[in-house]
Amino acid sequence: MTTEFRTATDPVISVRNLHKWYSGVHALRGVSLDFARNEAVGLVGDNGAGKSTLISILSGLNQPDEGELFVDGRPVRMRGPRDAMDLGIETIYQYNSMVPSMSIARNLFIGREPLKASLFGIGVLDEARMRAESVAAIADVDLHLRSPDALVGELSGGQRQGVAIARAMHFKSKVLILDEPTNHLSVKETNKVIGFVRSLAAQGVTGIFISHNMHHVFACCDRVVAMAHGRVVLDKPIGETSIEEVHEVL
Amino acid sequence: MRRLLKTFLQKPELAAALLLVLLVVLFQWQSNGVFLSQANLRGVLGLLPEMALVAVGVTLLMICGEFDLSVGSVFALMPMSMAVLMTQGWPFLPAMAAGLLVCALIGLLNGWVTIRFAIPSFIVTLGMLFMARSLTVVISGGFPPRLDMARIPEEIFIGFVGPGGILRASFLWFLGIAILVSLLLSRTNFGNWVRATGGFLPAAQAMGIPTARVKIACFMICSILAGFAGMIQVLRVGSPLPSMGEGLELAAVAAAVIGGTALTGGIGSILGGVIGATLIRVIDNGLVLSRVDSNWFKFAIGALTILAVVGNAWLRKRGRAMKVEG
Repeated sequence: MTTEFRTATDPVISVRNLHKWYSGVHALRGVSLDFARNEAVGLVGDNGAGKSTLISILSGLNQPDEGELFVDGRPVRMRGPRDAMDLGIETIYQYNSMVPSMSIARNLFIGREPLKASLFGIGVLDEARMRAESVAAIADVDLHLRSPDALVGELSGGQRQGVAIARAMHFKSKVLILDEPTNHLSVKETNKVIGFVRSLAAQGVTGIFISHNMHHVFACCDRVVAMAHGRVVLDKPIGETSIEEVHEVL
Repeated sequence: MRRLLKTFLQKPELAAALLLVLLVVLFQWQSNGVFLSQANLRGVLGLLPEMALVAVGVTLLMICGEFDLSVGSVFALMPMSMAVLMTQGWPFLPAMAAGLLVCALIGLLNGWVTIRFAIPSFIVTLGMLFMARSLTVVISGGFPPRLDMARIPEEIFIGFVGPGGILRASFLWFLGIAILVSLLLSRTNFGNWVRATGGFLPAAQAMGIPTARVKIACFMICSILAGFAGMIQVLRVGSPLPSMGEGLELAAVAAAVIGGTALTGGIGSILGGVIGATLIRVIDNGLVLSRVDSNWFKFAIGALTILAVVGNAWLRKRGRAMKVEG
């Protein structure tokens, strides 16, 4: 069974008929979606609706059991997060993407460290460059931190989110997935994240914004996609729907 | 200045380093100057590399978030395999290479089983502790084989070097290896992956780090270092005993923990592990020189382990709470 969905003329990511089972649970039941270039899409749904499963497939953490995935119109098969990153898809998780016991500079480059010299992929870190680039990357997202050597564990939730955003932007992503980025943030920090999602289009980045909070989604997205029981149940431009209508279908 | 102090307080090996200085002064005074005499230092530094090499590997693995309780048995199995092969006519170098290969395979197996079946490495390596010990006894045939020292260039490993022969070559091997592993951990991308894997596994995985391979590599390094250390001890005493290295796994964990390595992974340093191992050796030697009943040795190590963890947590908290401007 397939659901009706909105097609885009030049989608940056398309998925067709995605299915995923988790130990007997049918988590995704034929999801098809297009993400248009420079569009900010809000993905909403209750716990267990399949949002996280869809996101984990888009970010390369999981592979679909069935269905196809296209990036820039080409079929792709991602075997890990690295493949997604190489395709320009960056994901920001609420908790899962920073190591608290490591410095900001170290965190920014985990898995993509600049090297001075290397042999078989193992090499000497270019620490001066890591520091300089992380200072620049953090300044670029309008965040002010005292030192790239400070431990991430010492930062506030909002600052951590800022570092995660700086990392994604530094690596010139074309699709940015934000998984519940406003959870546990103060009002001020939340507004900052919402402002940032709004600014993505101007920077040529497609945003996929996952949230429980409908107000946040309506404040910064162009389009809202609602999921329930592993299916897309609503897919409309923000202007053509309302918070009430989305709540209705969930 | 405050920032410097803050960084200093957050160094995991700080508490142990301070304690080491304190104890050296204490023992020097208690023993009427014998402790730092050349003859005594020669003894302490001659024994140190054997435990310290094991501690280096265990520390690295613990920073990666895993445990290895089988190092004491591997410490015995490596030289036993080497000695048995040599009694069958193998020359020294191939026999040594084969022994180290056995260690590498044990590390590979420890890591693979831990990851493939998602069980705690504590359990896997506890099993390996018994299996490797049993293998050691089985291949020895009950009789410890005698090493034919004439066929071994033992000077390269245990010969006395330096002014007045104060050091053994084994100390230089240990120093070189410790520096190498320390640089690997602090200056390379691999080290970054080790810290990320041990510090917060989901983040490391989400960032695309091959965490399984990183862990297995650490298991293998740990096993190889334990085996190499065992070989050095056997070259020093002349014959492999099936019971050697018993209890060493816990001493190595104690050394790592005393040196500031967190049991939860991600935090620690090779230097800390080395300082921890040195502390244990210094206490062992210092108690004897101070004419304290040597049965107190284990009590001291135990108390020190607990004290170090409490002290480290306190220092780290103080350092973290310290505000710096800007």
